[in-house]
Amino acid sequence: MELSRLPGFLLRRVLKSVAVILAIVVCNFLLIHAAPGDPATVMAGQSGAADPQYMEQLRRQFGLDQPLTTQLWIYLKGVLQLDLGFSHRQQAGVAGLIMDRLPATLLLTGAAFLIAISGGVAMGALAARRVGTWADSVITVIALAFYATPLFWVGLMLVLLFSVYLEWLPSFGMSDPSLNATGLALAWDVAQHLVLPAVTLGLFYLAVYARLTRATMLEVADQDFVKTARAKGVPEGRVLRAHVLRNALLPVITFAGIQAGQLVGGSILVETVFAWPGIGRLAFEALLARDYQVLMGVFFITSVMVVLFNLLTDLLYALIDPRVEVA
Amino acid sequence: MELLRRFARHPGAVVGAVTLLLVLAVALLAPVLFPGSPWDMAGAPFSPPGEDGMLLGSDSLGRDVAAGIAYGARVSLLVGAVSTAVSILIGVALGALAGYLGGVVDDAVMRFTEFFQTIPSFVLAILLVAIFTPSITSIVAAIAIVSWPPVARVVRAEFLSLRNREFVQAAEVLGKRPIAIVLTDILPNALSPIIVLASLNTASAILLESSLSFLGLGDPNLMSWGFLIGSGRSVIRLAWWMSVFPGIAIFVTVLALNLIGEGLSDAMNPRLRKRGAR
Amino acid sequence: MSLLSVENLTIGLPSGGDRPNAIEEVSLTVAPGEILCVVGESGSGKSMTANAAMGLLPPGLPVRSGRILFEGQDLLAKPREEMRRLRGSRLAMIFQEPMTALNPLMRVGDQIAEALRVHGAGADAARRVPELLEAVNLPDPANLARSYPFRLSGGQRQRVMIAMALALEPALLIADEPTTALDVTTQMQILTLIREVQGRRGTGVMFITHDFGVVAEIADRVAVMQRGRIVETGPAAEVLNAPRHEYTRALIAAVPHGTPAPREPVPPGPPILTLKGLRKTYHRGGGWFGKGQSFQAVKDADLVLHRGETLGVVGESGSGKSTLARTLVRLVRPEEGEILFHGTDLRPLTREAWKPFRRQIQMVFQDPYASLNPRRSVGEAIAEGPITHGTPRRAALDRARELLRLVQLDPGAMDRYPHEFSGGQRQRIGLARALAMEPELLIADEPVSALDVSVQAQVLALLADIRKRLGLTMLFITHDLRVAAEICDRVAVMQRGVIVEQGPTAQVFDAPTHPYTRALLDSIPGRGWTPPVSG
Repeated sequence: MELSRLPGFLLRRVLKSVAVILAIVVCNFLLIHAAPGDPATVMAGQSGAADPQYMEQLRRQFGLDQPLTTQLWIYLKGVLQLDLGFSHRQQAGVAGLIMDRLPATLLLTGAAFLIAISGGVAMGALAARRVGTWADSVITVIALAFYATPLFWVGLMLVLLFSVYLEWLPSFGMSDPSLNATGLALAWDVAQHLVLPAVTLGLFYLAVYARLTRATMLEVADQDFVKTARAKGVPEGRVLRAHVLRNALLPVITFAGIQAGQLVGGSILVETVFAWPGIGRLAFEALLARDYQVLMGVFFITSVMVVLFNLLTDLLYALIDPRVEVA
Repeated sequence: MELLRRFARHPGAVVGAVTLLLVLAVALLAPVLFPGSPWDMAGAPFSPPGEDGMLLGSDSLGRDVAAGIAYGARVSLLVGAVSTAVSILIGVALGALAGYLGGVVDDAVMRFTEFFQTIPSFVLAILLVAIFTPSITSIVAAIAIVSWPPVARVVRAEFLSLRNREFVQAAEVLGKRPIAIVLTDILPNALSPIIVLASLNTASAILLESSLSFLGLGDPNLMSWGFLIGSGRSVIRLAWWMSVFPGIAIFVTVLALNLIGEGLSDAMNPRLRKRGAR
Repeated sequence: MSLLSVENLTIGLPSGGDRPNAIEEVSLTVAPGEILCVVGESGSGKSMTANAAMGLLPPGLPVRSGRILFEGQDLLAKPREEMRRLRGSRLAMIFQEPMTALNPLMRVGDQIAEALRVHGAGADAARRVPELLEAVNLPDPANLARSYPFRLSGGQRQRVMIAMALALEPALLIADEPTTALDVTTQMQILTLIREVQGRRGTGVMFITHDFGVVAEIADRVAVMQRGRIVETGPAAEVLNAPRHEYTRALIAAVPHGTPAPREPVPPGPPILTLKGLRKTYHRGGGWFGKGQSFQAVKDADLVLHRGETLGVVGESGSGKSTLARTLVRLVRPEEGEILFHGTDLRPLTREAWKPFRRQIQMVFQDPYASLNPRRSVGEAIAEGPITHGTPRRAALDRARELLRLVQLDPGAMDRYPHEFSGGQRQRIGLARALAMEPELLIADEPVSALDVSVQAQVLALLADIRKRLGLTMLFITHDLRVAAEICDRVAVMQRGVIVEQGPTAQVFDAPTHPYTRALLDSIPGRGWTPPVSG
């Protein structure tokens, strides 16, 4: 897209994102009301139902004595002020709880995404270039295997291998508190703790991107402009990089946007396996405690993360593809 | 027939089909192979594989892991099949509507689909199952609710392109009713990607079900693979077999379905078919 | 000495093909400064020969024997890297589909500069690129170089391709059907351009085409190919005017003349169809926030169609002729005007109210591969219409069998599926499907433009015969004026949604009044050549 059109494009995309976020809030609200029982009882779950004071607070929070539309309005207003409710179990505001855990999750999903996209595109490109050879077969089989393996099980197997038997890497938490490390030492400690969970989360998506990249590269390689490039004497390596790969990346970017939500969802499983102190772990703890306020909050925040990530991928796509005109 | 022959030419697909049949057989024969409830104690706790007459060992309560896997197969396959059927129904209905009618309906349906694709589906599934209390119905419903959007997108794209194909226009010029055109001209030609998607969706539904039950959101009355792994997680240093074998069961089943999906996709891909014919 | 000399080249096909070799014992030469046209129908192996010379054969096709000498060196014996260095610098190629031949993500100028750069001439790219664009008569070269391909029309893209091919002044240019995807007026411009730049630099050209009109326009010498073999070669004038091989003769006989055949005047019947002020506007884009664009596909069209006559609507792509045809069968709904069929205005009718008219107005489509439902047997496809309108199944199927005979197909085709038939046969099936409704008015939307010229001639003859026998009235949409001249009693010329001229065919062809009609007629390839009458 030409740069002069960028502000208008951005504005439209931001407005759309806001609309999606509002829809998610409404969706949350409907969920609470669709559940069997009165919303306060639902939200209190097992943990706080016995506490009349808490129940009263919940009823006030949702405005349960008011008509439904007013309730929606109260709820919307609350969420937009980042008031995601109060966790009786943890005796803390949900928003605060999630914000405390957010950096850990961002670190994990970010690292996993990098592993997945760089490894996946590299493997897919290699397979496409050597299509029909043993390298292609090996990559295809690996991708197929990771694509069929449950995330949490990969995590457990990696723990079994690298922590239990080889004792190379830590399998639990984000850092070792007994080390009392700071600065670089802490970073090194976190990095070591990050390897297994990030690889676990990354492998599945690596398989996805490898398959996608291979398929789209083979498709693009059949197109006329690639033949044009060869006909003008462009060396094979450059044909693949500048012509085939660049065009093949467009669907990969689109897919990365679509997959973002899945990645965040996967982090719940991985954080559970590795006791990684992020919002996934928080969600699991909330699940065990039937603390639905927190669960709803996690759903909302992760959705917002995905919407923001989609905004980024759309922008990237628009910058790469000159044909993008309107949203 | 022709299709079957092309499918059989794909070695991976054949292996997948045979494997799936085996898993199906184990699921059906579970009560014969392992009489008695999989929840009952069958031997000493933490018996390693092969000991105490238990091929794959026992868990912390002395339950037979092999029996758990056999009964778990029933749940996995059932959930996979039913939730996929539901998601395909929703997806085809919405996709067909959007693709055939176009215009405002298309816009509305696609916004709705995009919305469902944006929100983190696994988190939504967790939320749904948790709020509506874990049961086989809520699990199937939750999985169906999060897996229809890709179906809708594919069906819409197919309908959109088929609708402008000349044979569909010819049918319109002959005066056929829209419903007849959709059912006899468009849908049969859009079937191949739907079938492929169905097999791939079944695979991911099984993964999703295992993830949910791993987190403790399985139907408490039914044995399932994810539950087995979840219960083995905390004792993995002590009894690796408790998590390894159910995981292999999931892996094998999901892989088989994916292989079938790829075989079908290759067999039905018109582009490859054309290449073969020339 | 010849520039390029292909000697006894045989290239195999993978097993399971319809013949063992794609091309067999092909020999041809191109001299410097000469244009050799390689002519043949689809599947004749003409493109394969061109790709072999460029070293761009798809993998899996073995060269079984022969040599390709270029400036005295055997190209087939060259290592890959040396061959690459020749491509684009000494040998260049342009392709059929300008819409897909340029990388959509790269600026036009960068793509031309790349051709220079990979051969070590990148240093003066900044100067050469605008020069090259100017040399192919593109306006505002500096600006155009910064554009992405999607902003350019098909003709402009083909010019860019030519500029790119000629960037390093190659000795040989291979053009693989470079004008087939273009409109006639653009085609003529591109042909003129190729002649011009080729003459200026003395480039040898190997020009692949299926169109004898194009051959007459541009060739110095001609090689005719049939099923992988060269059946005749010779100077253009000889091959065109005194063809020796029977295949060449048959091909040339099938070429529509481009001069209206003398025809008996149609008795002035009552008007069947009258269009008054018909208008169709398409809206694109828009949505919640932006303002969309709108585009008038048909502007205030007026037409009258009399019983028993064939009216041709001719125009280039985007002229609105297909939209016009589709409004008559309610595939497109115009927003204004009247469609009077025997005095009833069809435009405001609902789907239900339209239904009785379906029997009377039928349509034949363009693409033989897309116009039949691949999952429906031929018999079902033909009988379906009458069954929908209440004809008993048995009767409809019996009638379908008769119709197959009418369109000269074996009634045994009833239970077979479309993919078992060739393009020409499918087009006959499509015709039978329309005829099954016993229509009064037949709308034919480019019914022969996807067919090879010999098949095209057969289908046109069949159409003319059936029209006469059944007393049909026909609206015939085509982009090919030669075809229109052959079959139409009257023609209407459309340009950008407007009917700019209409009248009896002979009158429009001999004394066109509108400048656009004149431009179209001047662009008929090979207009100066009258094919010999075969005896």
